[in-house]
Amino acid sequence: MSDFLLELRSEEIPARMQDKARDDLARLFAAELAKAGLTAGAVDTYATPRRLVLIARDLPLATEAVSEEVKGPKSSAPPQALDGFLRKTGLTREQLVERDGVLFAITERPGRATADVLAEAIPAIIRGFPWPKSMRWGADSVREDAVRWVRPLQGIVALFGEAIVPVEIGGVTSGATTLGHRFLHPGAITIGSAVDYAEKLRACHVIVDQQERRDLIRARATALAAEAGLVLVQDEGLVAENAGLTEWPVPLLGRFDAEFLSVPPEVIQLTARVNQKYFVCRTPEGALANAFVCTANIEASDGGARIVEGNRKVLAARLSDARFFYDTDLKVPLAEQAAKLDKIVFHEKLGTVADKVDRVAKLARWLVEEGIVKDADPDIAERAARLAKADLVTGMVGEFPELQGLMGGYYAAAQGEDPRVAAAVRDHYKPVGQGDDVPTDPVTVAVSLADKLDSIAQFFAVDLKPSGSKDPFALRRSALAAIALILENRLRFPLETAVKSDVLEFFADRLKVQQREAGVRHDLIDAVFALGGEDDLVRLLARVHALQAFVGTEDGVNLLAGYKRAANILKKEGAPTDIAPVHAGATGLGYDPEPAEAALIAALDAAEPAAARAVAAEDFEGAMAALATLRIPIDAFFDAVTVNDADPAKRTARLALLGRIRQAVHGVADFSRIVEPSR
Amino acid sequence: MTQPLSFQKMILALHDYWSERGCAILQPYDMEMGAGTFHPATTLRALGPDAWNAAYVQPCRRPTDGRYGENPNRLQHYYQYQVILKPSPPDLQELYLGSLAAIGVDMGLHDIRFVEDDWESPTLGAWGLGWEVWCDGMEVTQFTYFQQMGGFDCKPVAGELTYGLERLAMYIQNKDNVYDLAFNDAPKGQGGVTYGDVFLENERQMSTWNFEVANTDALFDLFRKAVAECENCLSAGLPIPAYEQAIKASHSFNLLQARGVISVAERQAYIGRVRDLAKGACAAHMTKNGWAA
Repeated sequence: MSDFLLELRSEEIPARMQDKARDDLARLFAAELAKAGLTAGAVDTYATPRRLVLIARDLPLATEAVSEEVKGPKSSAPPQALDGFLRKTGLTREQLVERDGVLFAITERPGRATADVLAEAIPAIIRGFPWPKSMRWGADSVREDAVRWVRPLQGIVALFGEAIVPVEIGGVTSGATTLGHRFLHPGAITIGSAVDYAEKLRACHVIVDQQERRDLIRARATALAAEAGLVLVQDEGLVAENAGLTEWPVPLLGRFDAEFLSVPPEVIQLTARVNQKYFVCRTPEGALANAFVCTANIEASDGGARIVEGNRKVLAARLSDARFFYDTDLKVPLAEQAAKLDKIVFHEKLGTVADKVDRVAKLARWLVEEGIVKDADPDIAERAARLAKADLVTGMVGEFPELQGLMGGYYAAAQGEDPRVAAAVRDHYKPVGQGDDVPTDPVTVAVSLADKLDSIAQFFAVDLKPSGSKDPFALRRSALAAIALILENRLRFPLETAVKSDVLEFFADRLKVQQREAGVRHDLIDAVFALGGEDDLVRLLARVHALQAFVGTEDGVNLLAGYKRAANILKKEGAPTDIAPVHAGATGLGYDPEPAEAALIAALDAAEPAAARAVAAEDFEGAMAALATLRIPIDAFFDAVTVNDADPAKRTARLALLGRIRQAVHGVADFSRIVEPSR
Repeated sequence: MTQPLSFQKMILALHDYWSERGCAILQPYDMEMGAGTFHPATTLRALGPDAWNAAYVQPCRRPTDGRYGENPNRLQHYYQYQVILKPSPPDLQELYLGSLAAIGVDMGLHDIRFVEDDWESPTLGAWGLGWEVWCDGMEVTQFTYFQQMGGFDCKPVAGELTYGLERLAMYIQNKDNVYDLAFNDAPKGQGGVTYGDVFLENERQMSTWNFEVANTDALFDLFRKAVAECENCLSAGLPIPAYEQAIKASHSFNLLQARGVISVAERQAYIGRVRDLAKGACAAHMTKNGWAA
């Protein structure tokens, strides 16, 4: 048994690609080993900006010898058969083994040295590596078979035990030598084996383990903030990114001019995080502080003073630009900005953003005036909608598009708009994706819902619908957001009044997606949708919830079984689906019903109106309870009564009774859409 | 501590450094362009199999970045130092770091980082992989391995270094404001001038012209004429003059953008137009030299 170390050293690997690269390296390595019939005891992978590393423990020194046996002809077979077999196996007659009158070719494949397997595996891994983007470089880049890597590959350390696994690929030859930290230890270092690799590098200012670098950054940044009497705004994304940019991370705290705090905190945080990869801090009271934490890759000889100063300057320049935009934007009333939206094309088939704003404003107003969105002032809703997109033409949103809405909210508030208008301008893009906050302020709800319904309806109207994996206008997300708004705020209205039928189907699909996360079965949504006419999402979902609870009970399971049995018989007997069900008790029958038959008729007589009343009152649990009373009579009926009676009158009446069961159940949901639960 | 390099000394030091490493030191191209990459010494020389090592300063014009001289580090006219090495040498990163040392960046004091930045120029039909190089958090250089130019695979790949000279100088001279940079080495009152002495008034007037005054009808006309002339050159089998016209069209488009008369929807169409010109010139250049795509 021996350990294997592979270090693929390159120019800087993008931080965001390092995690997946480690996974890919482990996977490709395991696949190469498996091909040779080898497995390692344990495999660890590491990534720094300049190296991708794999350490496999306890690999056998050689693969096992394999003996392969191929059955040939009988020893008594004609010579042609024997010749054919010898040709196929490449053996002579003397090399074959005879057992019970049959000839066998036995090939002994000796074990291979694991080192040889590794020497073949390494180039295969490199050539097959699935980088999201890879490149050619140098003089070799003219060759068709040039090696591709994420950035130029500079060195390979491949040690099995203490022996170099010889590999040559793309002009790089494997060895035991690597480099330490680019600036803190620029010289070459020789690695003995997998055992001393991490410690040797640590001595040369490289922390190989990304987890250790992450822990160090998180802990140190948190401590620096605390030492300054502040609280670090934790951000695991930044921790990982900074760990992917450094081999020797040194967090440093700096201050920026407090005057910049007049810029909205989201802007400061965004520019610090996105542009500079800095953490920000809060005061103990929770306000954004004029401090940042950057992560350097060196221990500077002056303790980092120059680095902090340099970073402060960069941030100051960024914030100075942000403040310039903010101050300039504040001077222009949003209504004036909104007037410029007629210069921005929303979509070539759908006019300008100004056109869209006009539609959204009317729709938002309508939603309020119709009482669909309650407790909102229609004038306020319309005003909010007319200003909602105005920040798209502001300098700040031009610079930071992800601040759309938020900046409009700030500008609206600062310019004395009604607070409800400002809130709606700020939040009308919400919810963005599942898990985002769903607005509940009525004005915001009206604008947000109008915005989404408009986009969906308009794109559908010009036949730009999502298809397959293509949804360039994010209409699926819009539909999910609209559904969330409707359900969260219990907005009661038939969707049909707002959208066309193809849009309705689209909503049904999205509803299934949206509810899947909440554990709602899509077949039950189908079962309710299939009834037709139900496009009030709140009511529909209440019905589905009740149905889901019901089909989970013993009554539900049995009723479903009884329903399916009835439906199957009807289908088998070719009974028309519109068979006239038996009504008005058992008296209308031309014969004396059997007791179980009479009981079922009585049960239906009671359950049908009860279920109908409950449905009308939107008491879906009540409706399910009414259906549940049918379960025992149905079971008893199937146990005791023969549907397919010799008497045609009885047969017809009983088929009609089965039709009535189906109809009663369909008053609540189309049970034929329900997928039999796996028990 | 020794006196930090003035703006012009820094350029001279880079010239010396790259000259010693075999580069042809060229002069700026005499046309308005948005980046040093547009210089034919990069764009056209990145094509084809021939080795090519060159370095030069290129004034860059980005009309929309003008701030009337009021922003400490945004300018509508600034300088890039451009190095192109083809094929890319194996020690390109070390060579680059050596050049930083040569202009006085102390890597024991400053945090130099290679941060992913995949470069793409929609107007040149070009892309490459590389980094923006950070010095204490500030992007000071764009470092790119060209993979395609004008839609053609680069065979071999060239390495491109684009230094932002003003930013680097601000670091080296420890200045917060670009206009405070020492341009030359003479003491004040004896011929010493700052960057502001040289360029501040230029920034003010040019910002006003870019944003407020430039005659947009004339600019649209210039754009159309450059497009027509580019096509004329291409049909005459003259890729280099054709490429010059593409540069002209690109600059007219940038000015129109600054004047705010190109809508978002039109913008893509204009960029596509310039790209077609640049690609056409690159394709003609390949053909004229007998290089296979």
